Amino acid sequence: MMLLWLILVPAIGGLLAWPAERLRPSAARWISLASMVVDLLILLQIWQHHAGPIDITGGGRWVAMLNIPWIPQLGINITLGLDGLSLLLILLTIGLGFVSVVISWSEIGERVGAFHFNLLWTLAGTIGVFLALDLFLFFFAWEIMLVPMYFLIALWGHENRIYASIKFFLFTQGSGLLMLLAILALVLVHRRATGTLTFNYFQLLGTRMNPATEMWIMLGFFIAFIVKLPAVPFHTWLPDAHTEAPTAGSVILAGIMLKTGAYGLLRFVVPLFPLAAMRFAPIAMLLGVIGIIYGAVLAFGQTDMKRLVAYSSVSHLGFVLLGIFAWNTLALQGAVMQMLAHGVSTGALFITVGALQERLHTRDMRQMGGLWASLPRLSALGMFFAIASLGLPGLGNFIGEFLILLGTFRLHPVFAVIGALGVITAAAYSLILVQRAFHGPPRETMAAVPDLRMRHLAVMAALSVAIIGLGLYPQPIFDVAAGGLANLQSATHGVLTLAASDTGSKRAEGGSR
Amino acid sequence: MNPAFRAALPFFALSATIVVIMLLIAVRRDHRLIATVTVTGLLASLALIAVASPVAPLAVTSMFLVDPFALFFLALVLLSTIAVVLLSYTYLEGTGDGPYDEYYLLLLIATLGAAALLASVQFASFFLGLETLSIALIGLIAYPRSRDRAVEAGLKYLLLAGVSSAFLLFGIALIYFEFGTLSFAALGRLWNAAPGAADLYADTGFAMLLTGIGFKLSVVPFHMWAPDIYEGAPAPVTGYVAAVSKIAVFGLLLRYFVLMGGYRDPSLLRVIALVAILSMLVGNLLALLQNNVKRILAFSSIAHLGYVLVALLAGSMIGFDAAAYYLAAYAVMTIGAFGVVTLVSQPSDGQDTDQLDSYRGLMWTRPWLAGAFTAFLLSLAGIPPTMGFIAKVYVMTSGVGNLLVWPLAALVVGSVIGLYYYLRIIVMLFLPAPGVTIPCVTTRLSWAGGVTLGALLVLLVVLGAYPTPLISAAHVATTGLAMFNNNIHTAANASPP
Repeated sequence: MMLLWLILVPAIGGLLAWPAERLRPSAARWISLASMVVDLLILLQIWQHHAGPIDITGGGRWVAMLNIPWIPQLGINITLGLDGLSLLLILLTIGLGFVSVVISWSEIGERVGAFHFNLLWTLAGTIGVFLALDLFLFFFAWEIMLVPMYFLIALWGHENRIYASIKFFLFTQGSGLLMLLAILALVLVHRRATGTLTFNYFQLLGTRMNPATEMWIMLGFFIAFIVKLPAVPFHTWLPDAHTEAPTAGSVILAGIMLKTGAYGLLRFVVPLFPLAAMRFAPIAMLLGVIGIIYGAVLAFGQTDMKRLVAYSSVSHLGFVLLGIFAWNTLALQGAVMQMLAHGVSTGALFITVGALQERLHTRDMRQMGGLWASLPRLSALGMFFAIASLGLPGLGNFIGEFLILLGTFRLHPVFAVIGALGVITAAAYSLILVQRAFHGPPRETMAAVPDLRMRHLAVMAALSVAIIGLGLYPQPIFDVAAGGLANLQSATHGVLTLAASDTGSKRAEGGSR
Repeated sequence: MNPAFRAALPFFALSATIVVIMLLIAVRRDHRLIATVTVTGLLASLALIAVASPVAPLAVTSMFLVDPFALFFLALVLLSTIAVVLLSYTYLEGTGDGPYDEYYLLLLIATLGAAALLASVQFASFFLGLETLSIALIGLIAYPRSRDRAVEAGLKYLLLAGVSSAFLLFGIALIYFEFGTLSFAALGRLWNAAPGAADLYADTGFAMLLTGIGFKLSVVPFHMWAPDIYEGAPAPVTGYVAAVSKIAVFGLLLRYFVLMGGYRDPSLLRVIALVAILSMLVGNLLALLQNNVKRILAFSSIAHLGYVLVALLAGSMIGFDAAAYYLAAYAVMTIGAFGVVTLVSQPSDGQDTDQLDSYRGLMWTRPWLAGAFTAFLLSLAGIPPTMGFIAKVYVMTSGVGNLLVWPLAALVVGSVIGLYYYLRIIVMLFLPAPGVTIPCVTTRLSWAGGVTLGALLVLLVVLGAYPTPLISAAHVATTGLAMFNNNIHTAANASPP
């Protein structure tokens, strides 16, 4: 039941925040903050109570589970489960949710209640995505997080917000429908094989189907998730959406929502369709590598600071895609670490850009320069996170990228080598950002702007601590993630070894002939 | 009590209300009184469904069958009509162009026609019900007779109803000529007894029948009338035409198709698949080009009928359930959307507020109305947690189960296109209001309209988040139909060719 509260608390908070605006605008903000804190407490409480993961027969190691009927006629239940992977991602969600509320304190002055309603509902949907183990419920949550995000961009965004928000919605919704078709196909294939109609993840694991069907259904899921991730060639919604969104929207989009795509690949694509995924892995990894290089090159060419950060996300999540399809423990741990580190560092960079825009009313780096003189704290923090983003050892992103490359190298050295080039290009775009915006001769027009206030400073300090922590002492994260990753790998292990021995024996037969 | 009488009670209540209102009009013209009597009559009929359902299924004469299927859809039609009556009340007052009393008479007659359609099991009652419905609709559409566009729309509907009736009648005549029966079930037996022997007369008859039904459902390529009539008719009537008349005709189509064993004819299924695909694509594409909210909703309703046809094509238990759920969802969201148009409009202007530009900034001037509109549009687009979402998933489930690849592809493509124009309206609602105040700012929400919209909104969300009760009801309603369909199949498979 506690798991359901994790979703309900932000949802109820959102419903309260809207009317609370009438009392006082800041009431909505306080309610949002409070619901994030309560959510965090619930999560920690669940974690505390079940310190050791519980073994569920046939299901692996889960921290907590919940199963109540919802639409019994269609075999749909509210099935929620928390393992190490979802725990880390929900922790990230709550953390960045908290940050988003704080940084919107002064930025959002209009329609505060509605803003926080949408913010909290996006977060509720995202938490639902990370918890849902019923495929219908998963799709439900997937759609729920979309609509409020659309409103966040369309109503509180920047100049070109209508175009960006509609593009965002069409891309994700279109790919979502494809995923729905794939879910239904999987469920009905399973029903044909076993006679039961169910959307339950555990029952659907290991559904037998012929290779062609498996490949088609897998592609339905895959496309939906890499649109969200995003990978080339489905990334074009991202720069627009991230650039036009309000700062909190960008933080949530880049920090959390992109991870739902990666999470979907981890939780659903590979475990549900292990054989198809393995056959498809080279193409997926190729897409990942293309994303790494292409995103970095485009980031380098931007003059709009927010677009630069947005394209850098394409590059960073290319690493995640690469790591997921390498599917060994090293690469998977790296992918999880990369997801967390990217969430923190990119979130912080978007906050930096947002703070700059609030002060300078521009995101154009050609009009900046020499900001260090007038905004020393902001510039220093900006440089710190830019360097984190380029993967300096000692900071979180380095661990992630290093492990992914290490894990990939054992399987596909070529992809690993090309992917490693991405680390160099990352240095190029990160440093040019620092150079153009913060260094150089100061401009007179920008002399009189105030530096970061306490509220922002506190948030940035917390994020800095997080990224340093991830970089210097990543072991706790690995420990938590290990249980979740073991769940995923055990799901595919049997099928894959069986397939390997099959092809091995065939080869042996062929040899003997 | 005679069971047949008991089964027919809801229908009698409806007819009695019509007579009472006719007499009342002769005695005293009082808008409020007439409206109250209408709602009371409809509620009585609704309550009598509970009395009739224990004896169902029961044939009442050879023309009507009162079964759970008919009663489920009757309840849907009655509830929709009550919503339309409540929305109409203030609207009609606003037109300042009395008398208003005959409006309710026409509305009830149309509803009686729809009820007859839903219970009919042979061609004579089918035609009777359809004509009762259409002729009353002509009067309703042209009711604000000082409006040119309404009169024009009424005239168009008259012509269209005439043409489609002609098709229907000729088709029925040909079928009768070939098989010598008017009953759907007897037709099914005769037709299936001689598979492959069907000749030109029968095929032409079936085609003409489907053409006539296609006109009424306004599916592509028989859709041309819909936008004009939706635009010209007063908004509450548009909601009625879009929801009630289509639900009744679709209910009949479902019953006819099952009873006559239509699932055994692949060419017939192919034609319907083509119609469904065209409706989904053309309806959604043409909606993109419109700048009039009522026309956009007209094209969107064409597309939605295409979605329901996919459920009909599936022809399985899950398909029938999906169709029943979809039609219920469709009624709620369509009447809701047109209800918002009704309440935004200033009827004394001589036309409805239907230009897209007039909705600019509605969120900041009338937040409740705009919020409700947003919810109804999102439901039409199939976004959770609304009924439209569950309905779409249900239809897709039935389609995937029967491997309807092309209709499903059209459904996905159509939905994405559809999303764009629904978002267009939603964006308009949220844009900053223009400097000049729009005329609708001053009016307050009417009591009856507000309650109706609120109720629809609650249904939309509650049955969207927890659809189990409605699915159970739909399942009870369609079980008989599905069993009949299975029996035909097993009988056909068992008998040697």
